[in-house]
Amino acid sequence: MNIPAEYLLILSAVLFFIGVFGFFTRRNLVSLLISTEMMLNAVDINFAVFNAYCHPGHLEGYIFSLFGIGVAAAETAVAIAIIINVYRNFHSIHIKRLKNLKY
Amino acid sequence: MDINLIIFASLAFVMIVAALFAVTSSRIMRATTELLFVLFGTAGLYFMLHYTFLGAAQITVYAGGIVVMFIFVVLLIGKGSVDVTQTSLRRYLAGTAVALTGMVAAIYLINTTDFQAVNFTGDGVEMKELGMTLMGTGKYDFILPFEVMSVLLLACTVGAIMIARKK
Amino acid sequence: MEYTILILILPLLSFLLLGLAGKIMPHKVAGTIGTLTLVAVTALSYYAAIEYFAAGRDASGVFAETMPYNFHWLPLGDTLCIDMGILISPISAMMLIVISTVSLMVHIYSLGYMEGERGFQRYYAFLSLFTFSMLGLVVATNIFQMYVFWELVGVSSYLLIGFYYTKPAAIAASKKAFIVTRFADLFFLIGILIYGYYTGTYSFTPQTDVLATAGAVLPTALLLMFIGGAGKSAMFPLHIWLPDAMEGPTPVSALIHAATMVVAGVYLVARMFPLFIGYAPEVLHIIAYVGAFTALYAAIVACVQTDIKRVLAFSTISQIAFMMVALGVCTSADPHEGGLGYMASMFHLFTHAMFKGLLFLGAGSIIHAVHSNEKSHMGGLRKYMPVTHITFLIACLAIAGIPPFSGFFSKDEILVACYNFSTPMGVFMSIVAAMTAFYMFRLYYLIFWGKSHYEEQLALYERGACDHEPHKPHESPARMTIPLIILAAITCVAGFIPFGEFISSNGRAYTIHIDKGVATASIILAAAGIALATIMYMKGESRITAKINQVLRTPIKAAYHRFYMDEVWMFITKKIIFKGISAPIAWFDRHIVDGSLDLLAKTAQKAGALIRPMQSGNVQTYSIWFLAGVLLISAILFFL
Repeated sequence: MNIPAEYLLILSAVLFFIGVFGFFTRRNLVSLLISTEMMLNAVDINFAVFNAYCHPGHLEGYIFSLFGIGVAAAETAVAIAIIINVYRNFHSIHIKRLKNLKY
Repeated sequence: MDINLIIFASLAFVMIVAALFAVTSSRIMRATTELLFVLFGTAGLYFMLHYTFLGAAQITVYAGGIVVMFIFVVLLIGKGSVDVTQTSLRRYLAGTAVALTGMVAAIYLINTTDFQAVNFTGDGVEMKELGMTLMGTGKYDFILPFEVMSVLLLACTVGAIMIARKK
Repeated sequence: MEYTILILILPLLSFLLLGLAGKIMPHKVAGTIGTLTLVAVTALSYYAAIEYFAAGRDASGVFAETMPYNFHWLPLGDTLCIDMGILISPISAMMLIVISTVSLMVHIYSLGYMEGERGFQRYYAFLSLFTFSMLGLVVATNIFQMYVFWELVGVSSYLLIGFYYTKPAAIAASKKAFIVTRFADLFFLIGILIYGYYTGTYSFTPQTDVLATAGAVLPTALLLMFIGGAGKSAMFPLHIWLPDAMEGPTPVSALIHAATMVVAGVYLVARMFPLFIGYAPEVLHIIAYVGAFTALYAAIVACVQTDIKRVLAFSTISQIAFMMVALGVCTSADPHEGGLGYMASMFHLFTHAMFKGLLFLGAGSIIHAVHSNEKSHMGGLRKYMPVTHITFLIACLAIAGIPPFSGFFSKDEILVACYNFSTPMGVFMSIVAAMTAFYMFRLYYLIFWGKSHYEEQLALYERGACDHEPHKPHESPARMTIPLIILAAITCVAGFIPFGEFISSNGRAYTIHIDKGVATASIILAAAGIALATIMYMKGESRITAKINQVLRTPIKAAYHRFYMDEVWMFITKKIIFKGISAPIAWFDRHIVDGSLDLLAKTAQKAGALIRPMQSGNVQTYSIWFLAGVLLISAILFFL
C-alpha cells in the first residue's frame, strides 16, 4: 500500500472538523454526542496512522487507539445516562433548556 | 492507478459525505445511521493499515455498542428528540468560520510538516504480540493503563446506572 | 514622701474596680468604695501638705520643690524627655488639699443626691477617674505630664456632663464641652511643642541660659498655653461650654465645673508664672484684660439668668476671671512690689473652691427638693430647708465679699493688686465685685425669700384649681447636709489662714495686711449690691423690679441670651468654617479622592458587565471561543 500518510491525516482532520462544526451548530444533546464521537474517532485514526507510518515496530499508537475506543464507549454510556436524566427532568433534550449553569 | 488508492479514495469519500450528513441531518435517527457509516469507514482504514484487531474492535465496540446505545436512547426519548433544529444564523456562521479556519490550518500544517514517515511496511500486528504488550509489565508494556481502563469502564457502568435509574 | 504616689494610685484603682466590676456591685458598695478611697486620698493629701509645709523653708527662705517620684517616660531627643512623676510645691500642696477636700465632700454628698440613680456605680467610677486626673494634673512635674492629665480631666468632665446620656441636652452639652476645650487644647499643645522645641525641655523651671536663647518665642508659646488654659477656665470667648455643662449631675458641677477643673487654667498660669513674669509680661497684661472683660461679661449675664445653676455657672466664670486678672496684673515677682496678685489669685482659688462648691451643693440640695432648676419654682424655701438656707447664705456672703467670710479676704487682695496695677483696673474690678454681690443675693432671695411656689400651688390645689397636690419641699438627708456644713465652716474660717505664709510669688513669706481704703470701699460696694438686690427681690419681684425690667428690656434680653455668644460661635463654625473650609475639603475628598478610586471600581464593574454575557452557560458558545482562542494562539506562535 502506498498511500501517503498525509492523505490519511487530512482525512482525519476533515472528519475532526466536521465533528467540530456539528458540535458548534447542533441543538440537540444526542446530536452533540454524535459529533463528539466523530471527533474521537478522527483522533483514533491519527494515532493509528502515526503508529503505522512513523514507528512501525512499536505499538503505542495502536494501543492508544484501542484505549480511545474504550474511553469513547465509557463516555457514551455516561453521557447517555445523563441525557436520559435530563429528559426525565426537563422533558426535552434541547440544549436551550439547559442554561442553569449560566452566570 | 493503485488499487489501494482507489479503495482509500472511495472510503474517504463515503466517510466525509456520511459525516456531513451526520452533522446536518434534521432527523436524529438518520444522523445516527450516518455516524455508523463513518465508523465502518474508519474500521476499513484500520484494515487497510493491517490493524485487523483494531478494526474488529472498532466494529464491535463502536458500531455494535455505541451506535446501538444511541438508537436506544433515541427510541427511549422518542418524539421529543427527533426534531433536530439548527442553531441561530450567527452561531452557525461563527461555528462554520472557526471550524473551516481550523481545518484549513490543520491541512496546511499537515502538508508543510515533515513527519519523517518511514515507508509503510504493511506488517500487521500479531495477536500474541499485542496480548503480550497489553499484559506485559516491562518497558513499552501497558498493564497499568489496561487495568486503569478496566476500572474506568467499571466506574462508568456503575455511574451510568446511578445516573439513569429512577429515583 | 514616697507615699504621695498613693494619692494617684488609689483613685485610679478605685476607678478600675468600679468601672470594671461596678455592674455586679450593689449601689451601696460602690458608693462606699469610692468614698472610702477618697477619705484615704484626702488623709494622704493633708498629711503630705502638712509634712511639706512643716519641713520648713530652706536657706533662701522658700519652700523647696520636691520630686518624690520622677521617671523618664518618653525620651524624645538628647535633652527633651517626657517625664512622669510627682512634684510637690507650695501651690500643688495647696491644690491637693482643695481637690481632695471638695472631692471628698462631693463623694459624700452624692451618696444622698444620686441615691437610686441608674448608673450609680458608673458615676462613682467617673468621679474616681476625675479625681485621679485632677490630682495628676496638679502634681505634674512637667508641662507635658500636665497636658496628659489635662486631657484626662477633659475626658472625665465629658463623661460626667454626659452622665444622663439619655437626655439629648446632656449629650449636646458634653459634646460641646469636649469640643470647645479640645479646640483650646490644640493651642495648648502647640504652645507646649514650641516651648519644648526651643528650650529643649518640658520642665516648668528650665535653666536661665536655655530661656535666654529661646527668649523671642517664649511669649508666643506662653500665649498659646494661656489659650489652652482659657479654654479650660472658660475665659471669654471660650466660655460657652461651661453654662451648658450644668446638664451634668449637680455634684459634678460642684466638683468639676466650679471648684477644681475650671481653675486648671489659673493653675497653669500660676505654674508658669516665673516664665510669664520673666519673659512675657505683655502676655500677662493680655491675660489681665481678657480676665477683666470676662469677669464683667459673666457678671452681667449672671444678673438675668433664671436657671439657678446657670447663674452659678456664670458666677464661676466671673470668679475665675478674677483669679486670672489677679495673675495678669502682676508686674514683678516680689509680692511687695506688684507681685501680690499671684498670692491673691491662689488665695481666691482656694476660698472660691470651697464656697463655690458649697453653693453648687446647696443648689443641688434645692433642686433635689423642688425637682427643678428654674427660679420660678422656688421662693420661700427658707422655712423648709433651714440647713441649706444658712449654708447658702454663708456662701453668698463669702462670694459677695462680706467679712469675716473667706471671700472677703481673697477678693480684697485681688482688688489691692488691681489698684496697684492701675486705678481704672481697680475701679473696674470693684464694680464687678459689687455686681457679684447683687446677682448672688438676687439668686438667694429668689430661692429662699419671696412668695413660695409650693404655697401658691397648695392654695390652688385646695381651691380645686389644680388637680394634683404639689410636692412639699423638704430638707435633704444628712449625707447631703453634712458636706454643706463642713464647707460652710471652712468658708467661715478660711479667710484667717495666713495664706501668704505658704504661697507667694517669689516663695518667701508674705504677711497679708488688709488695705483699709480698698476694704472699706469694697465692703460698701458689696453692701450696696446686696441692698439693691434686697429692694428688688426680697418680696418677690417688686414694682421697682418690674419697672427696671421694662426700661432695660433690650439689654436684659440680650444678657439673658448671653449676648448671643453661642450664636456668634454657631455662625463662625457653621457658616464660615463648615461652609468655607470643611465643605470644599469634603467635596474634594468625596469627588476627587474617592472619585478616582470609584473610577477604578466602576471600570472593573463595567468591564465585568461587558464580558458577563459571554458566560452564557452555553457549552457551544464556550467551545467556539475556545477553538477560536486556540487558533489565535497558534497563529501567534506560528507567525512570530
